[in-house]
Amino acid sequence: MANSLWGRLDDVQADAGYDGAHPPRMGFFTDTSVCIGCKACEVACKEWNEVPDDGYELSGMSYDNTQALGASTWRHVAFVEKPLETSAGKPLTTTDLGLPGMGPPGAMEGDDQGARSGDAGVRWLMSSDVCKHCTHAACLDVCPTGSLFRTEFGTVVVQPDICNGCGYCVPACPYGVIDLRKEDGRAFKCTLCYDRLKVDETPACAKACPTESIQFGELGELRERAHARVEQLHEQGVDVARLYGADPEDGVGGDGAFFLLLDEPEVYGLPPDPVVTTRDLGSIWKHVGAAAAAMTGLGVASFTSRRLVPRLLSTSLGRRR
Amino acid sequence: MSPKGGGGRGDRLMVPEAEFESYYGKQIIKTPTWKTPDVPLYLFLGGMAGGSALLAEGAALQGLPTLEKVARGAAAAGAGIGTVFLVHDLGRPERFLNMLRVFKPTSPLSVGSFILAPFSAFATAAFGSQVTGWFPRLGRLAGVGAAAFGPPLATYTAALFANTAVPIWHEGHRELPFVFGGSGAAAAGGVAMMLAPAAQSGPAVRMALAGAALDVGALEVMNRRLGMIAEPYEQGFSGRLMKTARALTGAGAGLSLLGALGKRGGKGRRSRVARVAAGAAYVAGSVTLRFGVFEAGLASARDPKYTVVPQKERLAAREAARAASAPS
Repeated sequence: MANSLWGRLDDVQADAGYDGAHPPRMGFFTDTSVCIGCKACEVACKEWNEVPDDGYELSGMSYDNTQALGASTWRHVAFVEKPLETSAGKPLTTTDLGLPGMGPPGAMEGDDQGARSGDAGVRWLMSSDVCKHCTHAACLDVCPTGSLFRTEFGTVVVQPDICNGCGYCVPACPYGVIDLRKEDGRAFKCTLCYDRLKVDETPACAKACPTESIQFGELGELRERAHARVEQLHEQGVDVARLYGADPEDGVGGDGAFFLLLDEPEVYGLPPDPVVTTRDLGSIWKHVGAAAAAMTGLGVASFTSRRLVPRLLSTSLGRRR
Repeated sequence: MSPKGGGGRGDRLMVPEAEFESYYGKQIIKTPTWKTPDVPLYLFLGGMAGGSALLAEGAALQGLPTLEKVARGAAAAGAGIGTVFLVHDLGRPERFLNMLRVFKPTSPLSVGSFILAPFSAFATAAFGSQVTGWFPRLGRLAGVGAAAFGPPLATYTAALFANTAVPIWHEGHRELPFVFGGSGAAAAGGVAMMLAPAAQSGPAVRMALAGAALDVGALEVMNRRLGMIAEPYEQGFSGRLMKTARALTGAGAGLSLLGALGKRGGKGRRSRVARVAAGAAYVAGSVTLRFGVFEAGLASARDPKYTVVPQKERLAAREAARAASAPS
């Protein structure tokens, strides 16, 4: 039972009650080092799942006008613009050394658009975020109606015909993925294309990704592939590459959709060390029980200690007088 | 364009703002979508009703019929009105019965539904029986049932808030049930103090006083333990609500002590005014506290600082422990 609430759990479907013949756990490995920020995944997801628009707003902060995952945004491409820093921690700027080159003086960098537009020294990070389909999914655990359930593929899906829009899953998610659709009243999130998985199809986002930044497959195999990719990047000198959500020992028991990042998770808007809230469920109920007992005791004492409070007060006040 | 975080609030900070990175200062977890005033009022009504059911059963045992009637009425009304708020808060209110579709100990909302449903039935039956005089024995039995489900009803709502990713709610899970239980007892005592005659309001006065002490004490312990995470309980809109709640609860306690120490054992006219005012202050304090805790949760979710900084510290501590234990 302890494993059902948090910690390592190797067969999440069996834990949810599927028999031994269930299919392998499927997931996403999103390799952000090859993401070009084209947003084909966002579009493909919207089209296939018939997800309504969530407003045409310009964020004004970057090319990211989608801004966050939500009830009507199941893939979100983050655009991080960060000034490059030298080893001394100073912003990196290019200097015109006045050396001979192509074109008029001052156009040293030639075709470098970045230098001309003032973008030199800025590093762009792009990452397509999605529901993590956690091993220990807080949204599923706190859902009071049983609308959220674990599929035979180990993914986490909302049943819209059962959801009553209580909203408990919304603050329970440590990643801020699931949300209520206001005009509809119910909660929605990525289904990892449950309908496509049932007919052996690749989810729409992975199918549409032109650079294979989004890779779909069996989770075990994806993890191996991801570790090999990190090693390859480290050999190439990209020592900032790290996996996020790939560790089955982490606070949510590992993610069904995990990532290769090139910076700290919080830079991409991801929590650095998420922990499923049910890890503390035992302690929470224990303290509720103790408080309920204390309240009962307090009620009993209110009737049995008839003269205790006034007596104590009058003696202490009397002494002061 | 470095997306560094930092506070732009007007409050003076006692410690320097922690440096942390975020995605353009955007929040990481989602803000709870629960509606206000529905949910804070439901929390208050549940606490008040739970405490009142206890008070009613004690009054029945000690033969204080007016106190019993007042408390039974408060328990039934609290449960009934609270349920309306709870259903109204749903995105699909017509599906509220889906709450009873499954029983899940991992979902405090599911457990709470199975506490609220029998409590409402018992409290309503007990009050109805007392008012009409029908089925007196069954009515008393229902009253015992309501008293049994009362304290769980008043405290489970702390589990409801704590079992989320909202830092200020989750990290405070040890003390929050005591805060809510104490506040519920104070509110129940307060309602009875306003409505019951002096000769029968003694237990209500003591219950409110003890509840207020538990509520304020547990909050103090929680704020000290949580440190930086507890900031929304002390700053901004939610901080002002919490301060107001504490002041109202303190005023209730002060007034009720004045009333109890008044002439002729608290039976004079001035004592009555003091007692009613004290009861009103307790109730107002309990209502304000629920709004304060609710708003603090929203503030805690909106600022990525409360999500990122404690998690980075946790990671750093784990890293340090690993480095210390590794053979060199």
